[in-house]
Amino acid sequence: MSREQQAVARARKAFNTGRSKPLEYRIIQLKNLKRMFYEKQKMISDAIKKDLNKSVEVTQLHETLGIESEIDLTIRKLKDWAAPRPVEKNLLTMSDTVYVHPEPLGVVLIIGAWNYPWAVTVGPLIGAIAAGNAAVVKPSEVCVHTAKVMEDLLPIYIDKELYPVVTGGVPETQELLRQRFDHIFYTGNSMVGKLIMEAAAKNLTPVTLELGGKSPCYIDKNCDITIACRRTAWGKYTNCGQTCIAPDYILCEPSMQDRIIEEIKKALKEFYTDNPKTCADYGRIINQRHFKRIMNMLDDCTIAAGGENDEANCYIAPTVLRDVKPEAKVMQEEIFGPLLPIITVGGVDEAIEFINKGEKPLALYVFSSDNKVIDRIRDETSSGGFVANDCLVHYSISSLPFGGVGNSGMGCYHGKYSFDQLSHLRGCLIKKLNMEGVNNVRYPPHTPKKLSWARFILLKSSSLGWIGRMAMLAILVVVAAVALQRYLH
Amino acid sequence: MERQVVQRAKEAFLSGRARGLEFRLQQLHALQSMITEKETEICTALKQDINRSQYDTPLLELIGIENEIKLAIEKIAEWTAPRPVEKNLLTISDEVYVQPEPLGVVLIIGAWNYPWALTLLPLIGAIAAGNAAVVKPSELSECSSLLLRALLPRYLDKDLYPVVMGGAAETQELLRLRFDHVFYTGSSAVGKLVMEAAARHLTPVTLELGGKSPCYIDKDCDIRVACRRITWGKFVNCGQTCIAPDYILCEPCIQSRVIECIRRTLLEFYGADPKCSADYSRIINQRHFTRIMSLMEGYTPVVGGQSDPSQCYIAPTVLKDVPPHSRLMQEEIFGPVLPIVTVSDMDDAINFINEREKPLALYIFCSNKKEAKRMIEETTSGGVTVNDVMMHYSLSSLPFGGVGQSGMGSYHGKHTFERLSHHRACMLRSLNMESVNLARYPPQDRVSWKTGRLCLLRTRMRQSCP
Repeated sequence: MSREQQAVARARKAFNTGRSKPLEYRIIQLKNLKRMFYEKQKMISDAIKKDLNKSVEVTQLHETLGIESEIDLTIRKLKDWAAPRPVEKNLLTMSDTVYVHPEPLGVVLIIGAWNYPWAVTVGPLIGAIAAGNAAVVKPSEVCVHTAKVMEDLLPIYIDKELYPVVTGGVPETQELLRQRFDHIFYTGNSMVGKLIMEAAAKNLTPVTLELGGKSPCYIDKNCDITIACRRTAWGKYTNCGQTCIAPDYILCEPSMQDRIIEEIKKALKEFYTDNPKTCADYGRIINQRHFKRIMNMLDDCTIAAGGENDEANCYIAPTVLRDVKPEAKVMQEEIFGPLLPIITVGGVDEAIEFINKGEKPLALYVFSSDNKVIDRIRDETSSGGFVANDCLVHYSISSLPFGGVGNSGMGCYHGKYSFDQLSHLRGCLIKKLNMEGVNNVRYPPHTPKKLSWARFILLKSSSLGWIGRMAMLAILVVVAAVALQRYLH
Repeated sequence: MERQVVQRAKEAFLSGRARGLEFRLQQLHALQSMITEKETEICTALKQDINRSQYDTPLLELIGIENEIKLAIEKIAEWTAPRPVEKNLLTISDEVYVQPEPLGVVLIIGAWNYPWALTLLPLIGAIAAGNAAVVKPSELSECSSLLLRALLPRYLDKDLYPVVMGGAAETQELLRLRFDHVFYTGSSAVGKLVMEAAARHLTPVTLELGGKSPCYIDKDCDIRVACRRITWGKFVNCGQTCIAPDYILCEPCIQSRVIECIRRTLLEFYGADPKCSADYSRIINQRHFTRIMSLMEGYTPVVGGQSDPSQCYIAPTVLKDVPPHSRLMQEEIFGPVLPIVTVSDMDDAINFINEREKPLALYIFCSNKKEAKRMIEETTSGGVTVNDVMMHYSLSSLPFGGVGQSGMGSYHGKHTFERLSHHRACMLRSLNMESVNLARYPPQDRVSWKTGRLCLLRTRMRQSCP
């Protein structure tokens, strides 16, 4: 048995003992998880610094604070979420008990990514634990140091059989994907997403795919350009552009391009000083491969700002590209780096047309003080999420479902959505063995009369208010009594 | 040919006409008219396909479809409206909501056992959600599919909701094309192929599959009533129902009683010779007839067992003391054969159920509500009905679907609408109040950081959720 097979088998065995089911157990695990972030903050930050050159403060801001608050929310709300959910009854089920029963799925596979490793690996894990599942955690091997920290720390704080960490690269992931899971939660790119879903299909395993795409950012001529550019620059260059919901490229009218470039330059200076390379708050590209991939995109573009780079340090300066053509290399794939192309369009119509030519993105940003423009763009496009006049912030609202559509993904999570996504919501109807007379209308031998009764009961009941329903129920009881009488004789 | 049809549906969707609420309502009303006006033809087609009684068709399919259409018409304005969510301190002056949106072009692959319900219920949700939908009815229910093909374009927009006929080859051709959602009802084996094909386009799927739905009869319950209800659920549509009770689990001491009650009920329902009853259906085709007959090989039925291949007729049949590892217990029966497997008690039944794949439905007959709830807690299945069979299907406020091998995703009522929509997270901010954002911008120096962190922590702590 391979290492991966063993981990999955052990997790399933642990799940089958039933110990992850009681709410108290789940809450203990979640509290321990929270404690881990508090006690091991330094270890976590050091690893992130080595992987992504993020400062302690930024790591907390981007990742661990969000995780901690999700854990708090989950602990606080778990009892509500896990409780049976009563649903609306109809006439026939008036005296029955009807509810949706949330249940664990079993063993979940969580495949994390490297750009916000804690957020996108532990985020789903919170939901998995809360829903009562076991979970095999496969951190991304690209964030080498953080993966090691996850492998070392998680087993110390949470049940190491129920929630094993399996590290490794492509071969290990493929081996995992050969095993049978009850749900697979993957964060990464669309290409691998397809392979994951194909592998999942063999076992009829449902999947959540948090993928990516090119998230457009339209800057309308009617808006406060300084603020718009500031927010866009923040969204773009945070984590050195390596954010799945970063504004990938800007769309604007030609007359605004120069001003936008100026304002972005100003914001960059404010954020990262004249020399971002020496600024503690500016990140690095994760590795050489991605560095080269991003640098290649500069070949056929005009640099309006930035462009400096240092391969040995995986450093690429915050860069803005002007007058970018749709056929340019930088527009062919998700950039996932600190290059911000500006594409000029004639106006809102052309912007909408341009956006709709591409795949449905994970996020769509519009900057405008004209609500009509915002509404139009929202109504005539589609995307995972939509934000007007800011970037990224929808991610941090737990009451909003976070996920993609089309090529940018399927399923969603955060807050209660994580719990629901990793649960089976089972429809339950508890009837009694009396009132058998009512059922006579459905039994053969069939007669036109029986069918009329059935039609009357079934069709009418749905459009009655409660008084009507009570009246119908009274009639039904009489009918049942009469029918039962006849049946018994 | 399939390519052209799908392309036309896509263009029709992109034209935007499926979006307007009035349009969707008009299509739903038209569908309603079709069901009402063509009831006789629909019943006749099913009589020809499967010898289903003309009373069973409205009872089992048409009334349910009508109710779903009515519900969608009544609720569509509510369902499609933006849904505000709880805000926190940082978003207090923003508009934060979830906006349901159409996905695009949905592929609906129907099944032959309830050809109208299983194609039209997803279609109702697809229309309500503003999608286009390509409807591919099962070729096995030939008359019904031909009728659907003839009727739908007469009532609905034929570019937005085309019907594509054909068998495995045509379905495979369709599955090579790109859809925004694929809704499949059928077997687990084909379900895997559908999901695999969908994966190539990153198309989300809803798979309504099957399995062996267990039916546990507790010894301390009204066995007569229990068996009456089970008999109805098992033998309606000649056992060809995805949520039919597949097999019975009970203690040996009540087995004879169970058999007697079923026998008596069968007599009441179908008479001494079910073959002559207008209310008893037939097996859909020779292949399934042969399949079911071969499952019975080697067993002596205690009830029924008669068959007539020329009519694809199999009598309502009950088998006792069936071994758990027999062939009969390996695949979904989907026919009028009811095995009884004895277990020592409820715990034994629970273990039996949990050793097997997660079924689409679980039935528990028990007068002790607490015990019934315990069984629910200690097992899993798509859905559950206690003290009856199949009825959870007819309550549209309950999500109807499978889990594990019995499927993924759910529908009925609002759930169909939700399933065939994209729930887009929307946040509208204003360009002022920039000071609120200051804590997030670099440079993250110690002082402003501490203040920012405190502020963020406090606001996140107060965060609510749906």
